[in-house]
Amino acid sequence: MLTVIIIMTSGILAGYLFRNHQWISKPVGIIITWAIYLLLFLLGITVGTNEIIISNLDAIGFNALLITIGAVTGSVAVSWFTYTLFFRKNEK
Amino acid sequence: MFVPEYLKDSDLSSYVLYGLMFFVGVSIGSDKNSWSVIKKVKFKILLVPLSVIIGTLAGVSIISVFVRDISLRDSLAIGSGFGYYSLSSIFISKIAGSVQGVVALLSNIMREIVTLLMTPLFLKYFGKLAPIAAGGATSMDTTLPVITKFTGTEYAIIAVFSGTVLTIIVPFLVTFILTVF
Repeated sequence: MLTVIIIMTSGILAGYLFRNHQWISKPVGIIITWAIYLLLFLLGITVGTNEIIISNLDAIGFNALLITIGAVTGSVAVSWFTYTLFFRKNEK
Repeated sequence: MFVPEYLKDSDLSSYVLYGLMFFVGVSIGSDKNSWSVIKKVKFKILLVPLSVIIGTLAGVSIISVFVRDISLRDSLAIGSGFGYYSLSSIFISKIAGSVQGVVALLSNIMREIVTLLMTPLFLKYFGKLAPIAAGGATSMDTTLPVITKFTGTEYAIIAVFSGTVLTIIVPFLVTFILTVF
């Protein structure tokens, strides 16, 4: 986790140093997009080749999904209130 | 089906993630607007992880009516992983049982996947904090790139803050729920 923080901070520094170089933003955007796709693909493989996950999916997968739906729905709903009440007016 | 070892290797995903984090950092650092929202909301940024905690516990409580074989207490503990599947499943497995541990693993992985896939939808219908809230603890790393891409760099730092706070809270909250109730 610390590695991630250090790496991102150095990225922020690098971005700041090059902030006036317009030619950077488009390639960076494309790299980010494809790296996300790659990461999703690798995550899929990690999940798909994990015996524990695959063998338990039918039995307890449904319960896990229910809990996830409850958790995400609740989080998204409360965050909608917070955003509307406290954050939206602070945007340009 | 045959999958080459190097693809299964979690090192490869780590390297891709590190690279991705670097470039997300670059996009944040080069954008002059990255700090504009934070500067205006200041302490209200704490409301973000708080919203996630309240929303998760409330949502899980409601849905636990339909969950068979898992107690409300265990469901709440599972939800308190906030997407942090590696740590939460270990804790829950040790204290509540291995079945609950696997449910925790599945549920929190699903939370991360749902966030990765549904961010644009959440953003459109529920506002700019919704993807960050959905991601929970993962909004500081694995879901940060997707969140930044669609929500913008102004909310990226909020995502990192909220994700970090929640990541720290996970072991405490999970243990608290399982030992006190």
